[in-house]
Amino acid sequence: MNVIEALALAVSGLSANRLRSALTMLGIMIGVSAVILLVAFGTGAQVQIQSQIQNLGSNVIYVSPSSQRVGGVSQGFGTGNTLTQSDVNALNDRGQAPDIVTAIPVTQVQGIMIYGNQNWFAPTSGTTADFPQVRNYDVAAGAMFTDSDVRSAAKVVVIGQTVVDNLFGGDPNAAVGQTIKISRVPFRVVGVFGSKGAGSLGNQDNLAVIPIDTAWDYLAGARGKNINQIIIQATDSNSVQAAENEATAVLLTQHKISDPNQADFSMQSQQDILNTFGQITGVLTAVLGAIAGISLVVGGIGIMNIMLVTVTERTREIGIRKAIGAQRSDILLQFLIESMFLSGFGGVLGIVVGAGLSRWLDGAAAGISASIPPPVVSVPSVLLAFGVSVGIGLFFGIYPANRAAALHPIEALRYE
Amino acid sequence: MISPPPAVPPRAEPMIELEDVTKVYRMGKVEVQALKGVSIRVAPGEFVAIMGASGSGKTTLMNIIGCLDLPTSGRYLLDGGDVRKLTDNQLAVIRNRKIGFVFQSFNLIPRSTALHNVEMPLIYAGVGGDRRRRAVAALEAVGLADRARHQPSELSGGQQQRVAIARALVTEPAILLADEPTGNLDTGSSGEIMGLLAELNAQGRTIVLITHEEDIARFASRVVRLRDGLVIDDSRREHGVEVSA
Repeated sequence: MNVIEALALAVSGLSANRLRSALTMLGIMIGVSAVILLVAFGTGAQVQIQSQIQNLGSNVIYVSPSSQRVGGVSQGFGTGNTLTQSDVNALNDRGQAPDIVTAIPVTQVQGIMIYGNQNWFAPTSGTTADFPQVRNYDVAAGAMFTDSDVRSAAKVVVIGQTVVDNLFGGDPNAAVGQTIKISRVPFRVVGVFGSKGAGSLGNQDNLAVIPIDTAWDYLAGARGKNINQIIIQATDSNSVQAAENEATAVLLTQHKISDPNQADFSMQSQQDILNTFGQITGVLTAVLGAIAGISLVVGGIGIMNIMLVTVTERTREIGIRKAIGAQRSDILLQFLIESMFLSGFGGVLGIVVGAGLSRWLDGAAAGISASIPPPVVSVPSVLLAFGVSVGIGLFFGIYPANRAAALHPIEALRYE
Repeated sequence: MISPPPAVPPRAEPMIELEDVTKVYRMGKVEVQALKGVSIRVAPGEFVAIMGASGSGKTTLMNIIGCLDLPTSGRYLLDGGDVRKLTDNQLAVIRNRKIGFVFQSFNLIPRSTALHNVEMPLIYAGVGGDRRRRAVAALEAVGLADRARHQPSELSGGQQQRVAIARALVTEPAILLADEPTGNLDTGSSGEIMGLLAELNAQGRTIVLITHEEDIARFASRVVRLRDGLVIDDSRREHGVEVSA
């Protein structure tokens, strides 16, 4: 008996009990579609976070101050005020760091923005004119402030779309040229950043950027010329590691630290962040898949149950088949293919339903909230789901099929 | 009262040769001796009826002849081959190639067409190419070619039994083993089926018929009577006249 004959036999066996077969398939279908859907959400989150991290800037490395050390004793994270303008200058020296395109200092200041009778809060950063290039922002209206604005500590600001929405009713062109107050200091809006959209990493459009000297002079208060972060841009994606090594060397020299383990700053490249989030979302996806997998196991038990009933019901048929020459393996194959067909076909239906639901939810999710990641159905998850569903049919079909194959022909024929 | 084994010498190499066959069943703690030493020889082309009341061991004998069961002791040669040493799978092959079964309750596979039922032994025999043609020919031989696409539930009892005979014949087996083939049929259909078997026998087929009805046994050329697991009578009739051994 070849496989096609066995398949035809299985189909005729299953079509004899259509409702029962359909209900059994439904169990597997629900399991598989749940796996596809939940994994699609996990993958969607992964893809979204990846693109957002990529959006934070191209080939960048973040340098943050870490524990200041006094006599070899760590003072704890963030105690240091260890990054200085001379560090930034040294990093921008191509002689010492050939793989670095530019390094920009960032200082965070806080303050309520007021325009007319509207007020709004946005994180405000003091930085330099290279900020849009390093952080991947377009300037949608007006222009970025210039190096001379930085040197002269001009009271100019470039704001994000969210700020425009809340203070200027959404029109970027209306905002340019207006004056807003940040912590009661008047700033002229010279430019508006193009929107990056919101996502799991927070709203990247709610920001304001001012020249760093202006921040130090007017908004920093008693904190002096503090730098919260230096963002380094490497020449290309292949030179990120080299740039990181050069930056480490430059900063260690700058800070007169000989042992790299004693460094009072920490460095994180975009790749590090990608990897960290990749791990998190990978675990998330696996957990979601495993939860959905439970329903797949339940479906498999349903198949086993039905196959046991089928074998009992068809005991006489098995006896007849054995009497006219069916061997053990023929009977085994017949019932195994039947259970694998049930689960495999249920799996295909589940893939169709799962993928369809993902597509539908893709549209629906965007309608509910932009921060829900759109589900992404990946080809490996589809192939895996199909393979697993056929495997479930095999696994849960072996016991009933074996029971059928082991029946003694005389007893099976006598069965009423 | 008990007659000796058949005195009539076989005309050729026997098709079936049972020698002092016994069969013991264990039902819980009780041993039941279904056959107590049966010796029968059936020559090719014979039409033998095995008769006996229920409990006489005729079903057990049929199971052994049909290779559905193995004897506890004694020897059974089918078409010259010893059956005792065969594995389950080898027995399945023997049943497939050498024996055609016809059962009292027809035993067709429900929800499969007559044609598919007849094809089935060929599927298990691994016949591919001319399977359909052979199945159709077998249905034609029993006069049911026009019912090939019908399911058993759409056929009368007599028609179902003829499909079963077609299924038994399709592999060209050495013997046709019929267990009460008319037990579930009315008189008219019974006559048809027995006529068909007689015709097949006339064409040279070896037939072993199990029955408890004298009317049915009359179609056979030889009657073996069993009682309590032993052969009590083995007589052949020629031209309708009983010749006691």
